[in-house]
Amino acid sequence: MSALLEVEGLTTTFPGRDGPLPIVDGNDLRVERGEVLALVGESGCGKSMTALSLMRLVPKPGKIVAGRVMLGGRNLLELPVKEMRAVRGRRVAMIFQEPMTSLNPVIRVGDQVVEAIRLHESVSRSQARARCLELFGEVGIPDPEARLDAYPHQLSGGLKQRVMIAMALSARPDLLIADEPTTALDVTIQAQIVRLLQDLQRRTGMSILLITHDLGIVNELSDRVAVMYAGRIIEVGTRPEIFRAAAHPYTQGLLRSNPVLATRGERLPEIAGVVPSPESWSEACRFATRCSRRFEPCLGEVPTATFVGDGHWAACHALAGESSEGGEP
Amino acid sequence: MSSSGDDALLRVEGLRTWFPIKQGLLQRTTGHVQAVTDVDFEIAPGSTLALVGESGCGKTTAGRSILGLTPAQAGRVFFEGVDLMRLDAKALRPYRRQIQIIFQDPMASLNPRMRVRDSVAEGMRSFGIGADEADRTLRVAALFEKVQLDPEHIWRYPHEFSGGQRQRICIARALAVEPRLIVCDEAVSALDVSIQAQILNLLGDLQKEFGIAYLFITHDLGVVRYLADRVAVMYLGRIVETGSTEAIFADPRHPYTRALLAAAPSVDPDRRGGAPPLLGDVPSPSDPPPGCPFHPRCPSVLDRCKSEGPPEVSGEGGQVRCFLALPGGEPPAGN
Repeated sequence: MSALLEVEGLTTTFPGRDGPLPIVDGNDLRVERGEVLALVGESGCGKSMTALSLMRLVPKPGKIVAGRVMLGGRNLLELPVKEMRAVRGRRVAMIFQEPMTSLNPVIRVGDQVVEAIRLHESVSRSQARARCLELFGEVGIPDPEARLDAYPHQLSGGLKQRVMIAMALSARPDLLIADEPTTALDVTIQAQIVRLLQDLQRRTGMSILLITHDLGIVNELSDRVAVMYAGRIIEVGTRPEIFRAAAHPYTQGLLRSNPVLATRGERLPEIAGVVPSPESWSEACRFATRCSRRFEPCLGEVPTATFVGDGHWAACHALAGESSEGGEP
Repeated sequence: MSSSGDDALLRVEGLRTWFPIKQGLLQRTTGHVQAVTDVDFEIAPGSTLALVGESGCGKTTAGRSILGLTPAQAGRVFFEGVDLMRLDAKALRPYRRQIQIIFQDPMASLNPRMRVRDSVAEGMRSFGIGADEADRTLRVAALFEKVQLDPEHIWRYPHEFSGGQRQRICIARALAVEPRLIVCDEAVSALDVSIQAQILNLLGDLQKEFGIAYLFITHDLGVVRYLADRVAVMYLGRIVETGSTEAIFADPRHPYTRALLAAAPSVDPDRRGGAPPLLGDVPSPSDPPPGCPFHPRCPSVLDRCKSEGPPEVSGEGGQVRCFLALPGGEPPAGN
């Protein structure tokens, strides 16, 4: 495998009371060709802002202040606005949690997809319509001909998400960023969308950056997992490594506190305390205040990545103490 | 007053809550949103019943109808043998204290302009609990400790707390009037996993200490398996299966229950991509299909399912509404 996307030192800040807050704080990330990388974390950890930073769609007053986002040999952060616009949609497409807010409520869904197609390809309306019909079929929209003329409100949540996926795929992107694509959907519909994304990924060979808080979806869909906490990626590993042998105390806590894995009648292992707000983020380990393995260095310095397995690292002082060899990711 | 003469804390029989659809100039009723139809269940004192289903299945409406927040058209709701549906407002009052509710969004259920001490004390004042305001303040502080919040924070406003803390405040408010039953309507669904675990532990501790029963309304099967004693599965306004949590998870009998369990994403790295997902969407409750409401999506549908309502078949400690559960019924496909 070779890297499709390589992110280095990506830092995005928002103004705070006492200066800029690094909501995305110097993160490195690699998405290989044809893989599904899950970026996991709880609300406010910066995972969505990371995705928006890659697309250069950070909402104001946020600002990307450092880093490189390499896609096909070019740094997206340095592209002229016009070229970046061509990258969005064509090479990198994005779908969001709430399809209703991403679709225009007063335009028929077919026309919206046709517009998206014609934005990227010089084809006639009727050619674009035929392509749209084909896409609707690919994403499993039943009776696609009739749905072309439907308004968003006439479609169920699952169908709307399928329309969004059709639109995202219209330019055959190399990378699909899926930000909580199933969170707003019911369990049975969620299973349909997970299966669909899996099929489409295999058929097209595209890469997917899956952003979610749901470890079940991560397990079902991803090849590798990056865990984010308080603005920083703190552990990266293959899916089986993360689920079987998570190394960072936060990842371990996240997995253990999931009621699915718990025994009835026994207390759930909690992670004490709450996620710190960006104003109180320390320069040292940000999980230290909640961590059961905390010791001196955790409150003093930023932990560096320690390799614990093949392609599996975690940023934790406790691990650095255990293993003799530290290293850079 | 009628009595059901059993030892259930809450017993619901034939609950029906339909909302009229009014159309045209004269606002004639042209149909009904059949939110809850002929729902039966019971909850033993100090136990937890999970009412499970996907959005629009009627689980929230059922919970609200029990409390009288959404009036039901038919059915009986026995609380300790007393039929609440037949009581007038005055006679109902003491029972309103016995049954409390916690909602999904704690921010929306706390008055943003009220200090949380006053929100928690409001119910106490209303039911005459506590000698005076000073006494109630002490009680609120004690409740804060019970739900693991800092008692010094009782004079703060809701926005000064995190989401998990706000849910603790809502739990404290429910506890303030010493209820026997708390309806938890998606009470942990909006919380992050690490906070969700804290709240689930708290609810478990409170049940052990005070013997409170929970009606846990949720779509999250992980939470159900961990926390519930019994489960009732709802689909399109009807309960399709009830049973002990062990039985429902080990041996689901209704095809919808099976599909729901199969659809839940696995966190076992060795097991993913389970059974093929259920096709299609949930039909509209204003125009439910004839026969079994699940038949358009059912992988084991029979001819009769399309026209006849399925029978309620009782098994070991549970019921299932499905023709396949009849003796001699074919085993569902895909097994």
